Amino acid sequence: MSMFEGFRFRRVSSVIHRLDPRVKFFFVCVLFVTAILFSKLPPLILLFFVPLPFVLAAGVQREWIRSMRGALFFAVIIFLFNFVFTYFSTQYPQLPSASLLERSLAMTLRFLVLVESFSVFFLTTSPDHLGLALEQSHVPYEFCFAFTTAVRFVPVLADEAQTIMDAQKARGLELERGNFLKRVRNYIPILIPLIVGAIRRSLELAEAMESRAWGASEKRTNLYVLKLKNADYLLAFGSVLMLIFAVYVWRYVPVPTLITLLRL
Amino acid sequence: MIEVKDLCFTYPTGVEALKGITLTIDDGEFLAIMGQNGAGKTTLVKHFNGLLKPTKGEVVVDGVTTGEVSVAQLARKVGFVFQNPDHQLFCETVEEEVAFALRNFGFEENAIKKRVDWALNLLDITQYRQTSPFMLSGGERKRVALASVLAWDPQVVILDEPTIGQDHQQKEKLRQFIVQLNAQKKTVIVVTHDVEFVAECNPRVVLMTEGKILAEGPAEEILTNQKLVAQASIVPPQITQIFLGLSDFGLPTNVIDVHEARRILLDILEGAS
Repeated sequence: MSMFEGFRFRRVSSVIHRLDPRVKFFFVCVLFVTAILFSKLPPLILLFFVPLPFVLAAGVQREWIRSMRGALFFAVIIFLFNFVFTYFSTQYPQLPSASLLERSLAMTLRFLVLVESFSVFFLTTSPDHLGLALEQSHVPYEFCFAFTTAVRFVPVLADEAQTIMDAQKARGLELERGNFLKRVRNYIPILIPLIVGAIRRSLELAEAMESRAWGASEKRTNLYVLKLKNADYLLAFGSVLMLIFAVYVWRYVPVPTLITLLRL
Repeated sequence: MIEVKDLCFTYPTGVEALKGITLTIDDGEFLAIMGQNGAGKTTLVKHFNGLLKPTKGEVVVDGVTTGEVSVAQLARKVGFVFQNPDHQLFCETVEEEVAFALRNFGFEENAIKKRVDWALNLLDITQYRQTSPFMLSGGERKRVALASVLAWDPQVVILDEPTIGQDHQQKEKLRQFIVQLNAQKKTVIVVTHDVEFVAECNPRVVLMTEGKILAEGPAEEILTNQKLVAQASIVPPQITQIFLGLSDFGLPTNVIDVHEARRILLDILEGAS
């Protein structure tokens, strides 16, 4: 469940936390796009270091490291899939080449950059703030609400999954036993109570909302209104620059692989 | 026998839930662990079947250190009924639900059938054998959860908040049931903050607060000690409160049993007339 820890917001304040969520989201999207543009290792390594100052400035290192550790499992799978499948479909019976290794590493690092940037965003943006940002970007309120509620319930579901796992383990369920298919089947006793619980909870939530006059007025007003500050303009400007630079390099500069760089 | 030696536990989130617990639970004992929310009651009992492993110190169940064996191995000996039955029910029928753990423990089909019959009968849910557990009421679901643990006849039974969401009648049934289990030489451990329930059961009480054991002893002694119960954020049983309030009339201050209280009052009244 540790990967979901990355989505759990802790109410602290820092320069990063106070940034406008819209700008922060834009920044994350730029990181996302840049990571997709490049498939060579050197730019992805550079990209991996871009969000780090934000993590440090926000003081969320511990949570961030935990969510990265959670992503590691998937990273290993991505690496193996890339490496093994490409190897057997192209180079087998020869030994795997260094460039194949680099390519697989690049794909893995790309995934890590995506997880990293989104975890920075979610670690430093409260769900309330997020909903506010969506609302003031003229997204219909129903969607905003659905979104914030979904984000809000991720940690709750993660906790619940943990409790269910404990309860079934106490009844002698061994998750790590048997072959692959058996292991997948082992998760049925976890998933059914989890899903049933989620459905039941959503019905309860709907009733609670109705009894609090959900949708009674067409035009909602907000107590807090988002307003861009200097730091926000700075980040927005920086993001745009980064995007332009990235697109320029992608279009006109031949990006070297790590192997060619090392040979120089 | 469960021996807890200087147990400390810190959650991965950094919350220090247990700060040095030492406790011995003998075979066939009836124990209630009490204390306010967040005192570490559930965290403590989750160590008894190995769901949690000590950060420091150790827990020994019948000579086996919990850190060295799997939950499944310990669960055979230590049954744990969770607070919310919805966290464990998933089968299509009540019968399957009760048989689930038995299959996990590798019982033979014949034995499974016998034990399922026995457990359903014990908890008076035989008529729901083919019903989906999701169709049952809250109290019935709780009984299915209980049956699904008792089916493999564990030596130790841990009940986490068994009285929550139960009406008075069901509570009384549960109490009789627990007493019956205990009479069969089972170790019964109840985690609760239901003072009245504990007063009626009269077990040994362990009072916890902030990850430490505040006091332990017979229920009569612990629940009537105003200072202790206040520290653990619980209130004495109602009958004790009445007797404490009337202590000017020479009433004893260590009564938790309603029947005993009635006898004392009758004696005093008869003496007065």
